[in-house]
Amino acid sequence: MRPGHGEVLIAEGNVEVADEERMLIREFRRQLDSGMWAAVPTTVETGRREAEIARSFEDVPRDAERVIFFPRAAGGR
Amino acid sequence: MVLALCATAIVIVALLSEIALPWLEEALERRRANRRLTAAAAYDPGREQRAERRARALLRSCVNQEEWAMYRDLGFIRVWGAAPGSRRDRAPYAYLIYPHKPIVAYVPQTGRLLSEYCVEFLDDSRPYGSARLPESDDVLAKWMALTGDEERLLSQANLHVPGRQVDPRHVRRDLWRLGQWERRWERDAGRPAGAVTAP
Repeated sequence: MRPGHGEVLIAEGNVEVADEERMLIREFRRQLDSGMWAAVPTTVETGRREAEIARSFEDVPRDAERVIFFPRAAGGR
Repeated sequence: MVLALCATAIVIVALLSEIALPWLEEALERRRANRRLTAAAAYDPGREQRAERRARALLRSCVNQEEWAMYRDLGFIRVWGAAPGSRRDRAPYAYLIYPHKPIVAYVPQTGRLLSEYCVEFLDDSRPYGSARLPESDDVLAKWMALTGDEERLLSQANLHVPGRQVDPRHVRRDLWRLGQWERRWERDAGRPAGAVTAP
């Protein structure tokens, strides 16, 4: 998510392909290092949609379709 | 004599340039930076509208159908509190998520307002001059943070009593609208999908 733009595709790849997985991990870390939070939209057993916050690449389910990065929360006025 | 004067003039020019050059370079850089900033900060309504359209599509693809319809029709999303054992009809508290406004916590059974959680998701790199996300992205960020890690989000937020920023009368009216909307939504739930009013 970016101000003035909305959704931006950062990277895409298949985690089953080693090179692509490495690239995804690199991008994931780069985003977190730049101060973003990562969330994975999921559907729980009851069918309801929720989000899972991923603090590391290992937290991302292997079958996740996408990870959404957004600026970290800060106390507002 | 002339030669001495020329030599002195050259020395003076050289000395002055030593002093003036850094200042001139700095001034030029400032001017260039100002130009870049002005160009980047220029508000472009078309760009903002496209950004909001993308943000709405992303929001719709992430939240529940009911939540999307709620946002589309009412302009906010209600998220149930994640206290242990909380269910739609028994949740001890819930939140209203408004775009670029504090998250309002309230008691669903009584409508009593509990608090305002002031939280922002600012992108300090200001890619287009502003640090603020499009409205629907702000709502999605709050939704993801609340449903993903409520405690962490609330620990980052500034907690205030109700009414500090969001008018309690406005919130009570929204809760009433939400009640009406939910009755309609449940009544229409039996209808075929095509019969639902289009946005």
